Amino acid sequence: MHAIDTPRSEIKTTTCYMCACRCGIRVHLKDGTIRYIDGNPDHPLNKGVICAKGASGIMKQNSPARLTRPLRRRSGAARGAGDFEPISWDEAFSILEERLRKIRASDPRKFAFFTGRDQMQALTGLFARQFGTPNYAAHGGFCSVNMAAGMIYTIGGSFWEFGGPDLDRAKLFVMVGTAEDHHSNPLKIAISKFKRAGGRFISVNPVRTGYSAIADEWIPIRPGTDGALLMALCSELLRLDLCDREFLAQYTNAGFLVNVDAASNEEGLIVCEKAADQKNPFRRHDQLWWDRGSNRAVVNHSAGAEPALEGEYRLDDGTPVKPAFQLLRERLEECTPEWAAEITGIAPEKIRALARELGATARNASFELPIPWTDSWGRKHATVRGNPVAFHAMRGIAAHSNGFQAVRALSILMSLLGTIDRPGGFRHKAPFPRGTPPVYARIPNGPEAVQPNAPLAGAPLGFPAGPEDLFIDAGGAAVRIDKAFSWEYPLAVHGMMHNVIANAWRGDPYRIDTLLIFMANMAWNSSMNTAEARRMLNDKDESGEYKIPFLAVCDAFESETTAFADLVLPDTTYLERHDVMSLLDRPVSEFDGPMDSVRVPVVPPTGDCRPFQDVLVELAGRLEFPIFVNKDGSRKFKNYADFIVNFETEPGSGQGFLMGWRGKDGDKVLVGEPNPGQWEKYAQNNCVFHHPMPESMQYMRNWNQEYHEWAQRMKLRRHPDPIMIQIYAEVLQRFRLAAKGRGPSARRPPPQLRARIETYFDPLPFFYLPLESQFTDTRRFPLAAITQRPMAMYHSWDSQNAWLRQIHTHNYLFVNPGVARAQHIADGGWIEVESQWGKLRCMARYSEAVEPGTVWTWNAIGKAQAAWRLAADANEFTKGFILNHVISDRLPDGTSNSDPITGQAGWYDVRVRISAA
Amino acid sequence: MTKKQLALVIDLNVCVGCHACVTSCKEWNNAGEAGPLTDQNPYGKDPTGTFFNRVQTFEVGEFPHTETVHFPKSCLHCEDPPCVPVCPTGASYKRAEDGIVLVDYDKCIGCKYCAWACPYGAREMDQQEKVMTKCTLCVDRIYDELLPPQDRQPACVMACPTNARLFGDVHDPESVVSKAIRERGGYSLMPEWETRPANQYLPRRKAEYEG
Repeated sequence: MHAIDTPRSEIKTTTCYMCACRCGIRVHLKDGTIRYIDGNPDHPLNKGVICAKGASGIMKQNSPARLTRPLRRRSGAARGAGDFEPISWDEAFSILEERLRKIRASDPRKFAFFTGRDQMQALTGLFARQFGTPNYAAHGGFCSVNMAAGMIYTIGGSFWEFGGPDLDRAKLFVMVGTAEDHHSNPLKIAISKFKRAGGRFISVNPVRTGYSAIADEWIPIRPGTDGALLMALCSELLRLDLCDREFLAQYTNAGFLVNVDAASNEEGLIVCEKAADQKNPFRRHDQLWWDRGSNRAVVNHSAGAEPALEGEYRLDDGTPVKPAFQLLRERLEECTPEWAAEITGIAPEKIRALARELGATARNASFELPIPWTDSWGRKHATVRGNPVAFHAMRGIAAHSNGFQAVRALSILMSLLGTIDRPGGFRHKAPFPRGTPPVYARIPNGPEAVQPNAPLAGAPLGFPAGPEDLFIDAGGAAVRIDKAFSWEYPLAVHGMMHNVIANAWRGDPYRIDTLLIFMANMAWNSSMNTAEARRMLNDKDESGEYKIPFLAVCDAFESETTAFADLVLPDTTYLERHDVMSLLDRPVSEFDGPMDSVRVPVVPPTGDCRPFQDVLVELAGRLEFPIFVNKDGSRKFKNYADFIVNFETEPGSGQGFLMGWRGKDGDKVLVGEPNPGQWEKYAQNNCVFHHPMPESMQYMRNWNQEYHEWAQRMKLRRHPDPIMIQIYAEVLQRFRLAAKGRGPSARRPPPQLRARIETYFDPLPFFYLPLESQFTDTRRFPLAAITQRPMAMYHSWDSQNAWLRQIHTHNYLFVNPGVARAQHIADGGWIEVESQWGKLRCMARYSEAVEPGTVWTWNAIGKAQAAWRLAADANEFTKGFILNHVISDRLPDGTSNSDPITGQAGWYDVRVRISAA
Repeated sequence: MTKKQLALVIDLNVCVGCHACVTSCKEWNNAGEAGPLTDQNPYGKDPTGTFFNRVQTFEVGEFPHTETVHFPKSCLHCEDPPCVPVCPTGASYKRAEDGIVLVDYDKCIGCKYCAWACPYGAREMDQQEKVMTKCTLCVDRIYDELLPPQDRQPACVMACPTNARLFGDVHDPESVVSKAIRERGGYSLMPEWETRPANQYLPRRKAEYEG
């Protein structure tokens, strides 16, 4: 053997960022150079393991696509040509400062700031708010807002950072529409332990890859039909009486009485006691039950009362009412396994068997943990019950224009089984649970919130609870460029990144001046209709000015999007900077308590690149944003690291970005005055802070008094009130009533949207075909086309990574062999894929692991020619492709190809046909 | 038969095909004593490179009774390795002390006889270094007393998020690998070649609903 020195020397710990999982890593350096990166065994998230991406971080650091100097588009060069001249940071800052200062002083809406795969939305959102623009969001609206919104509006938490399946105690695990996951290494650790312990794992997915490969049973399903399956499962659970009725009665709004007077101004609203309830000014808690004992209406959780879940009743004033659960029961009557089988392609017997297995496992394998706790109504419980059926779901359900209601159906299924924040079921992670919906971030509801030289009067993103919370003008028009929180997309809680370029180009609702993009590849795979987006970015008006006048892009790598920029800001890699995984944002909490973590630089920045956070803090200081300057006008924060330590959500609040080692002596947790030594403490402790809570606060947190009081003291929640599961989503009914010209709000949708709102804002889940299918001749375009991310590339954006690109150099379209042969398509042959929006050429690969009505490919492998510093004949360009080229951002009626409730991009909805090329 | 025989036992019941073992192996060995593991055309057309460990994915059965199998494959450290006797220079050898099959790069002339003799396709010719390479079971980690004891394992074993890769002495009946083989139906690849691979695989096991 060669006597080569081993990569053993100095070890620094930090946090990985090859994907959204954020594992602890050990970076081994020799003479200051990175030689080896492995998992940190002392990190509670990944416990020493690492994934393909994490172990390839060294090649990201050394990528030839690294941007190392600020760049300005050369005068006369076209956008997209990637023809730049290097400039200094001083010049880059002056360009931005001058431009942004002018916009801020005149019309702050003309600055739009959209970010992609970052995890620093607490900072970027703060920047946008302090600037005063409403036009800010990350990529959630494109990615998976339906999962977040559908679950948060129903159970007060959602999968991924904010909750997940408790596989340590589950007996049955059902995964729907998931290939790989945000929480990837912890989920892998958990699934393997679960399987070894004899747990049964069922995967519902059109495609058998990733986790589905090791499922004990694979149930193939047609894309976009999950809602029908979930409704049928709920229906069967009711028919078999395999619901946890006590859970439903006590912890959900199943027993709340709904006004069913079709003529009433309050039709479909939940009836409350007349006296106002002051526990929470945003959410009442005096809804009525029909008490079975006294046979009359009483305030819910009155002593000795027991709610009727079924029946129809009349209140003393004559109002006809039904318990919410009765309405659900009526809704589910038609949702038989036979009905769902027609839609999903899953045999009725299979649906029946699955429902029975879910219900019987939840009931027969249930157990009690000897953990005393006290509920929101002061009742003491000696144990916590577990019904050991856990679910996990992702974009396969969410990224459809019917995804919100499908996710509602899943949340209700989980609730019928009594599995919310219980052992072996779904468990929350701090800062969740929050209200249904939460009130911590209030969005402004009118254009007066936007004023020159002033912060936005509210948070740019939040959770509307009714028409009064929409961000619209007096005429009902959207205030935001992406039309989030307008009547078109009322619950667009993550914004709508996929609308920005097209709306700004059209000037609908208005033109903007500057679009700042951070880490979002909006000229490629982060746009629907990629070719059009690229054309729009390069399009000029009659005066010869770009329709989107100024485009600034910050990224660490040359991408398809940086090529279009007027100004490129070179970001650092994750190994070269400070970062926080904050409780104000998307932390790395565990079920048992809050956890946050940091990155610290392990090597200096390459070339002249700078951490984007430092750039934001610098700009905020230059532009004199109120919270970034002292009273005398001087800068408050030196840089990002200084900002993180010293920023407080309110002066003196003691709440900041990091929860560990707060207080002057570093001995306070969650809340405490700033500690100048906080970074050092994190760096000395594996860059992570974990705060396990007492067991009595680890379960039933929607209704756990001790937890709520603690969470309020720790500023995780504003109000210590119970978070009732919304079997019946009254929030949706408020919009629906407005569409009917009734209800408590004076706001009414414009005439052309009334029918749409009345249809889709159904307070009970229902199934409808994805909007695109409603506009498509499905005989001409018989196949659903979807994408998945492979584990070795999931959220890693690493086609420029020499090792990872050898695993996935180009992608195929996977086709069921029977379907392919009928079209005379050879395995490996070139084919044409055509939707009603466009065509592309690619190579086919036979696969028995895909249901015959679906074709699919790995997403984001295909690249534009020479992008990411790959050779012009690189396989990613010559053979790779992205499906976005045959997806439309608009539907024939001119609306966005998005969920009509949340604005979630319907990028899994496209219908295609294929033929040999 | 060597007294001690180190080996990997790979649990196909939990392998999700994430490739963590592939790149962590590449990463360690690229920088370690067996490296560098070169790449050809890394940012161009048809990139190729040396990997000691690869995951192959294949499908079994017809829709809807399809199994997708992720199959990590590296040198199996055969008890009777056919790659060793064919080597004209003695570069390819099996260690008496622990049964690891290694290549001495200084003796290797790159003739590829060993690759032809290996029925598993587990050897990789490094196109730049012009030497035959293969899995070393991280022999430069597992005996390194400067590493903490829990780190003295192959890089792939440390990395694997599903703990699908077990490492130990298959000649010690009490080792974690021997127990896994015994209790979970461990099997060898292509026993008919009589190479007696030290590495073994654990099969898929289905949990059925018994309600």
